[in-house]
Amino acid sequence: MSSNVATNTPPVVGNPMGTGNRRGDIIATAVVWLLLLSMPYWMALIGGYTELAIRIVVMGLAAMSLNFLLGFTGVLSFGHAAYFGLGGYGVAMCIKYLVPSTPVAMLVGIATGTIAAMVIGALIVKLRGVYFAMVTIAFGQVFYFIAFRWNNVTGGDDGLSGWSRKALDLGFTTIDLPGNDKAYYYFALFVFALCVGAMALILRSPFGRTLIAIRENERRARFLGIPVDQHIWMSFVISCFFAAVAGCLYALLSNFIDPRALRWDQSGNFVIMAVLGGMRSFWGPLLGAAIFVALQDYVSSQTENWMSFIGVFFMLIVIFFPRGILGILKRSVTK
Amino acid sequence: MTKKVELDLSPTRRRFIKAAAAGAALQMTGPFLISARGEQPVKIGIDDCLTGTYAAVGKNEVIGATLAVEQMNKKGGILGRPVELVTEDSTSGDAGTAVQKARKLIDRDGCDFLLGNVNSALTLAMADVAYEKKKIMVATGGHTDAVTGAKCHYNVFRICNTTQMEANAVAPALIKNAGKKWYFITPDYAFGHTLQSGLEKAGGKLGMQKVGGDLTPLGTTDFSSYLIKAQAAGPDVIVILVQGDDMINCLKQAVQFGLEKKVHLAGAQQELEPLLGLPPEARIGTWVFEWYWNQPNVPHVKEFNAAIKAKTGHMPTARTWFGFAAAHACALGANAAKSVDALKVAKALQNFKLPPEVALMPGVPYFRAGQNQLIPNQWVGHAIAKGSGGPEDLFHVDEVVKVGEAAGTLEESECKMQWPS
Amino acid sequence: MSQVLLFNVFNGLIVGAFYALMALGLSLILNLSGVINFAHGGFLALGAYLAYTLLPHVGFWGALIIAPVLTAILGLIAERILIRPLYGRDPLYSLLLTFGLAYVLEDVSRYIWGAQSVPFSIPSWLTTPLSSQFFFLTGYRIFMVLLVGIAVAGLFIILNKTRLGMRIRAGTLDLETVSVLGVNVRILRNLNFGLGIYLAGLAGVLAAGMLGLQPTIGTSLIMPSFVAIIVGGLGSLPGTLLGGLLIGVASGVTTVYFPSATEAVMYVMMGLVLLVRPRGLLGEEGRVQ
Repeated sequence: MSSNVATNTPPVVGNPMGTGNRRGDIIATAVVWLLLLSMPYWMALIGGYTELAIRIVVMGLAAMSLNFLLGFTGVLSFGHAAYFGLGGYGVAMCIKYLVPSTPVAMLVGIATGTIAAMVIGALIVKLRGVYFAMVTIAFGQVFYFIAFRWNNVTGGDDGLSGWSRKALDLGFTTIDLPGNDKAYYYFALFVFALCVGAMALILRSPFGRTLIAIRENERRARFLGIPVDQHIWMSFVISCFFAAVAGCLYALLSNFIDPRALRWDQSGNFVIMAVLGGMRSFWGPLLGAAIFVALQDYVSSQTENWMSFIGVFFMLIVIFFPRGILGILKRSVTK
Repeated sequence: MTKKVELDLSPTRRRFIKAAAAGAALQMTGPFLISARGEQPVKIGIDDCLTGTYAAVGKNEVIGATLAVEQMNKKGGILGRPVELVTEDSTSGDAGTAVQKARKLIDRDGCDFLLGNVNSALTLAMADVAYEKKKIMVATGGHTDAVTGAKCHYNVFRICNTTQMEANAVAPALIKNAGKKWYFITPDYAFGHTLQSGLEKAGGKLGMQKVGGDLTPLGTTDFSSYLIKAQAAGPDVIVILVQGDDMINCLKQAVQFGLEKKVHLAGAQQELEPLLGLPPEARIGTWVFEWYWNQPNVPHVKEFNAAIKAKTGHMPTARTWFGFAAAHACALGANAAKSVDALKVAKALQNFKLPPEVALMPGVPYFRAGQNQLIPNQWVGHAIAKGSGGPEDLFHVDEVVKVGEAAGTLEESECKMQWPS
Repeated sequence: MSQVLLFNVFNGLIVGAFYALMALGLSLILNLSGVINFAHGGFLALGAYLAYTLLPHVGFWGALIIAPVLTAILGLIAERILIRPLYGRDPLYSLLLTFGLAYVLEDVSRYIWGAQSVPFSIPSWLTTPLSSQFFFLTGYRIFMVLLVGIAVAGLFIILNKTRLGMRIRAGTLDLETVSVLGVNVRILRNLNFGLGIYLAGLAGVLAAGMLGLQPTIGTSLIMPSFVAIIVGGLGSLPGTLLGGLLIGVASGVTTVYFPSATEAVMYVMMGLVLLVRPRGLLGEEGRVQ
């Protein structure tokens, strides 16, 4: 899987996620954050709505978490929805059955997804390529069936409803998450910022550079003495950790979680978002998620045949813009 | 000498393009909102399955609602204001999308009423949204008991039957036509579970003996192994509770196995859509319908059939009627309450009787107070390959169950309605 | 109980034969071109719908012969236009492309033939069971197994006795060398894809006889096919056949003891095989990158 992807990439210097122009990167990051911070306000002007904005942020985080593994380590997982969904179920079951508190529920959800990833990652780390992808699907589907079958606890196919996100009591003030959509948006954005910041730090660290080395040429990395399997395991766990966080936010967004959040087509959507925006860049998946979510929302309101439009659009991107939307711009600069 | 024209793709400019692209992508999220002055229409949002497995039945619900809105507007709309139906695709299984669309309908489009969904799980999720946003929701086709049962809300109403109601209606016919030994083939989700337990309860009172049962995952394509087990248990009747495509697969295979010659094949809920998808030799069995178009002696039904036939070229199904009645219920409630405020409309709809041109049945259906569940007639009968009424007359009605006869009590529904102060 | 078990094993073989048919087409395409064809289910649906449209004109047998050929032609066109640009790139891209194609095929089917399931009748003499006791051995299901047998035999003959087949086999092992030897690899891949899609179309016609025909008929059959390939071993057609049969039997047996896990069991099998013997039961050593 890694060999073909290696062609066409410029040598990696400095910031692995940037283009070598430090000032440009800072401005770009600033612009992205400016847009994100003000999204609820300009969204409404172009026909969006706050919930859509939250969904973009949540899906963006999920796609970026997948990209940590796919774009930066060069390993394709088609079962990320499992950890996304486990995060969601953790949150839902915690609020419904244990402690009705949003932060505690998030910790439970994140822990659930991450522990599952640690166990499963250890089992599958020796596989590569399409085998790795298929085995991630297999485990994802097993979780799907558990959620589906364990009706009494998970609500089965009907999903887990009858709970909702709780207000955040910070001692000096209470943030009304359930009642105020904008409040929840900024909460989600705050969590997103923490995760994205952590991801960026990890990628800039020597560990992150090693991952990229593995992506570029695994055999060479191995010959250099790098314990490749352990690195891949760590990358998998980190990636699933962030996916679980996204899953928590997702469940809190809808006040609902159901087995479909765990299914392989949900995983497929994350891959699509990452590729659409550009797997090789840091912000690419966020852009991909924004386009995917917004496009699907808009087109499905206009026509029943939205699946054709999305399918054709996606095929065009894959054939003509394999580096995604961001990839075109990047490549033309670094030639 | 040619001068190479270069795009100014300096990093700063490039990043701006990136940001602009993101903005442009989001531009596609819809037309600019134009604030209208003057007469603001009342919007009814319908969030139903237009793609995926439930597309056929979901589409029919939307068609029924569309006709209702047209009729409403001819009669002056709601409180003198024109009515607009806003349709969104919930997809057939993605609750996240259904919830997102429900919020879109209420927040962005300003809908005062919410209709939907075919899928029980999505209906429950949407009901929570309606409850949070304090808007009236009339559930069209999600049958799970909880919607007007354990999870009922003051502002959520339902047109279609509960599974207990269906079980009560059809159990006597199953005992009479088939026998007492039943084997269940049940879809493995809440709808199936409650339908089976409802049948066990109703049948139990009449001496039913359960000889076995299987829970089948949704989307099962091959029922042969379940049918083998069923036949080996020696029942009088195999009670097929799976719906939609699963129903088609199961019945098709059962008939191919020649099982209908050895045991009865029957069930509870049945609809025109699966019967249309079955080859004629597989259209058999005792079932209950929640609404049927072939009612020659009931006024207004002929006009309804004609109007739907003009729109789609087909006869209306129960799903068409669900959407139709649901939309009308919103208008009737609002006009009765002289307001679109959820609390007032909800109060106005308690024990509300649907007028004949909306009810389209011999009895007078009403929303039971304290439960918000519509209590209508039911049609018990058997499927036929082709009836006298035409190529879509695939059900022979043996008995029309009177309003309320099979409805159970309010206590049994487990609904403890809480009204806001 | 043991009779039920025995019946289910037999029946599992029948169901497994059907899975194998679908998986073989997928395997052919994967082995030679490295394309993971997520749109296989969409082509299956197309094959079924084309047969449904042809039924009143040429009858069941005519539809059985013509519909898969038509589907194969559509497959050839799709390969030429959509997939060919992606060779030489990471297999991820062809996977994603077929993902998008699957969306389009489902929507187009719904657009042309409607969301409502359509009734598909097979000749009545085929639907009668062979005996009252073995009621699940209907003429149709026996016919299906025979047809799968013929298809597998036909495939075997093509692959082993014709030049095209030899080239496909060689190409599966080393496409670059085959190309250097002067074979037009583009046409080879194209024909191979068409052959795989022919099998999908054939599976579609057979499926329509047993299942309800609606736009999503193929989507639930895609996963068992992948599992069959993985369990049997990537790169091995006999392995795919074996994989399909195994899944069928495993599902049947699971129904007897633990019915709600009937679908889950195939994923458990896939997981086990991948962990214990990643190359699959009959797969070749060295195929795991």
